Amino acid sequence: MTRSPAPVDAPGADVWEGLVTTALLGTDRRTPPGTAPGPDAPAALLDAAAVETVRRRAGLRPARAAGRPQPAPEDPRPALPPAAARRLAMLLTDRPGPSGGGRRGTAPDLTELLPQWLAVANARGFAPPPQVLPALLDAARGRTDLRPAALEFAGPRALWLARLNPDWRFALRATPGGGAALPQLEDEERIQRLWQEGLFAERVALLSALRSREPAAARDLLATTWATERAEDRLMFLDSLRAGLGPDDEPFLEQALADRSRNVRATAAELLSALPGSALAARMAVRAGACVAIDHMRTAQPGGPGVEGEESAGAAKSTPTIAVEAPHECDPGMERDGVVAKAPAGRGERSWWLGQLVEAAPLSTWSRRLGGRMPREIVALPVADEWQGELHAAWCRAAVRQQDAEWSRALLGEPSAPDAGGPGAVSLAERAKLLGTLDAAERAEWVAGFIAAHGLSEAFQLLGVCAVPWAAPLGRAVVDALNIARDAGSYPWSFSGVMGLAERCLDPSEASRLDALLAVPDEPENASPGAGGYWAEAFQRLVTTLRLRAAMTEELGAA
Amino acid sequence: MTQQGARWTADQVLALAPDAASRKAGSKLGAAGPWSEAGSSDEGTVWGLCKGSGSKPYQTVVDIADAAGPAYKCSCPSRKFPCKHALGLLLLWAADDAAVPPGQEPEWARQWTAGRRRRAEEKKAGDDSGAQSGSADPEAARRRAERRADRVTAGAVELEQRLADLLRGGLATAEQSGYGLWEETAARMVDAQAQGLAGRVRELGAIPSTGPGWPVRLLEECALLHLLGRGWLRRERLPDGLAATVRSRMGLPASADGPPLRDRWLVLAQYDTTDPRLTTRRIWLYGADSHRTVLLLSYGAAGRSPELALPVGLALEAEVSAYPGAGQPRVALGEQFARSAPAAIRPPGMTTSRAAARYGDALRDDPWLESVPVTLDRVVPAPDGDSWQLADADEDAALPLTPGARSRPGLWRLVALSGGAPVKVFGEYGHQGFTPLTVWPEGPGDPVALC
Repeated sequence: MTRSPAPVDAPGADVWEGLVTTALLGTDRRTPPGTAPGPDAPAALLDAAAVETVRRRAGLRPARAAGRPQPAPEDPRPALPPAAARRLAMLLTDRPGPSGGGRRGTAPDLTELLPQWLAVANARGFAPPPQVLPALLDAARGRTDLRPAALEFAGPRALWLARLNPDWRFALRATPGGGAALPQLEDEERIQRLWQEGLFAERVALLSALRSREPAAARDLLATTWATERAEDRLMFLDSLRAGLGPDDEPFLEQALADRSRNVRATAAELLSALPGSALAARMAVRAGACVAIDHMRTAQPGGPGVEGEESAGAAKSTPTIAVEAPHECDPGMERDGVVAKAPAGRGERSWWLGQLVEAAPLSTWSRRLGGRMPREIVALPVADEWQGELHAAWCRAAVRQQDAEWSRALLGEPSAPDAGGPGAVSLAERAKLLGTLDAAERAEWVAGFIAAHGLSEAFQLLGVCAVPWAAPLGRAVVDALNIARDAGSYPWSFSGVMGLAERCLDPSEASRLDALLAVPDEPENASPGAGGYWAEAFQRLVTTLRLRAAMTEELGAA
Repeated sequence: MTQQGARWTADQVLALAPDAASRKAGSKLGAAGPWSEAGSSDEGTVWGLCKGSGSKPYQTVVDIADAAGPAYKCSCPSRKFPCKHALGLLLLWAADDAAVPPGQEPEWARQWTAGRRRRAEEKKAGDDSGAQSGSADPEAARRRAERRADRVTAGAVELEQRLADLLRGGLATAEQSGYGLWEETAARMVDAQAQGLAGRVRELGAIPSTGPGWPVRLLEECALLHLLGRGWLRRERLPDGLAATVRSRMGLPASADGPPLRDRWLVLAQYDTTDPRLTTRRIWLYGADSHRTVLLLSYGAAGRSPELALPVGLALEAEVSAYPGAGQPRVALGEQFARSAPAAIRPPGMTTSRAAARYGDALRDDPWLESVPVTLDRVVPAPDGDSWQLADADEDAALPLTPGARSRPGLWRLVALSGGAPVKVFGEYGHQGFTPLTVWPEGPGDPVALC
């Protein structure tokens, strides 16, 4: 045992060695020093060993100090208020156990509240009490989704700690530069050195940090070594230009269109097409425009695709219709501009090319091309020969890429429209992405309208893109819809996804509005057995969670 | 101290939980949601109604007035003690003044607390009068004690014989003979009513599998066992203190008959060790005036939490009396004069050299002592190969941590709190090294439990 306290190396050491050897061999084979052989030898040996044992223990001295760790860096942030520190300790106590699943009861799921707690604490700039860092690191180790917020909150002392415990190495990897501080962005020389000599992760971190502050400087730095970078690295570096993309980036991206790597070319083309004023966007506009035109002579088929509502039902005659003529070939110019020539299995080549052209063309093209119509009018036009799905989907991708709110609105349509909830030309996944281009209030209002018209069964994806906490109309729509679902007599676990979201996203100030829903209702005849009780339980949990969230936020102090 | 000032921290409440599952379930109930009509009284009662899955809410009431730890009553069917509702209620009380406001005890809570306090009074009165008439037949008691002593003596003689046989054949054979030999010997010691010998014998069986250096450890333990047996056989010739220590090490019952010592006792540490039959809770207390560090032991049957619960950082005004034996830290809790409440007292600390000397001194009174309680001042936790040590900030000296301590999560709380700077650490130090139990930051701040 090298780690036990150092026994005194005194005259007794030899005596002790002799006793141990004798004890191992046995007194029948060796006589203990200083005693006569015979029946009393074992007792004499034990007597002597007892004296030596107590002597050795009583004589213990401290060991020499090993090298001490460097002190942890200062954390300049203010300490958490005591109530918030207690809350954090409680949230970290509640780990998902092996007994997961089963009924959740009325108690809130504290693990689900930890991300929100961390977000608020980070927004307010508090430092954690040092003794919770191990639990915090363990929580972040188990849940990758928690890592960025947990490590930001954990701060510099957590990285200091992570260097001492291999279980927490992830914290060093997850932090840009492996935990080493990035150079001050003013320090030109150190930036150059890190860019020239740094590890790949450090270089990516440096480029992203610089890009967020000075987009042009980041691009110039990249240009200095561009020609000598490996293809995979070029792809990652190019991707970092996505942040703060602007017209100034066009020449660099144009040059990258001629890159040796096909993936680099495709990314450059994608970035250029997100710049509606770029030459590439103009070239794509010409190509896409050649494929799409108004046909005034065609008569839409009654009930055919794209025919909407009463307007077109009667006046089917000579309705202006969009005619589509998909490209017949993918020429080298298209390929150079990022169009992928080979269609994935199961897709027609021509429609594949058309989709890419329309997606990359500036949306502003279409008003001029289609008779000066506004986006809403264009989307309402019938499309001939079953091209509507392809065309609208491409417009959706373009609206998302170009972050065009007006086109997004047009493509989303009315939230109460019958096909908004069912299989329309625009899928729910696409709608969720389109919603992302709208501001938070408009997004919430649209989703609220959708839920009011279509209920909750399709709303999950859309709720996921709404800002937290939910705006008042959206929260009300969700609670009303849950109430309707309860009255309809189904079980609450059909809505457990939305319930879970509501626990995390509903504004805590709505809690009092739920009071009427907490009681167990009388069971109507057609209801599922016991459903009322389960609903009351689910609403109780919702209210408890909301109150807890309100308390959490309050403990962390006013913003 | 006002009622508000006396509220506990969440950590202190969670320390009452019988197991991890209760801790988790209790944490979930520590929010206002399911509770109604909650309140607390100046007399130290906390109550509330908790909405469960049934239609009738559970009635939960906790009496925290008792310095020996809270008493609980809940109408829920749980067999856990305390149940999650009691824990949740205390957490709510600890965290949220508004949710558990001061008020008048409702009738259902009052009935229970009144009954409890009445019984406590009666018991106390009974104890006082029983002291005189306790041993109804002193002659019979003496004969019983003699018979037991004879049996223990027979056990000690038998053990001596077995140790002699072992040493005659050599310890090397002990590695092959393995566990069975020792289990059987331990059973013989249980029959002889020498529990202390039985426990030590059982541990001998595990030593040959503890890795390099096991012959040294086995010889040490055999020698100390031999010393204990010899001590028993010649107890009449030992000084009184040492004789009492021997009796206690042999496992003979004793009662805490030392003179009562009243002090303000700070709870330094509380931790449990469990074996399949028994949970043993150790609570270290430090007397603010007497500067004594004493030990309370409390037991719980398997799966149940020992009843005494004193979270770290609280202090209680109480009398304790010592168990017999020279240098014994163990005491029994006597009369309590005020409810336990958080206190900012810190025990004075010492250097690592003084701590080592303290252990050496203590062995004079009790050579079987594994460790002594010490508070180290200004030490820095430092990695030492694959282990850790606590190094003096101002000297080139350090105490290594015990093998058990370096695999516990508390080690990392200690390292995190220190951050490479000196801290004050309370723990147990002995021949196996130092076990840290509680740490205080160098600056202001509450103690952090490490066990």
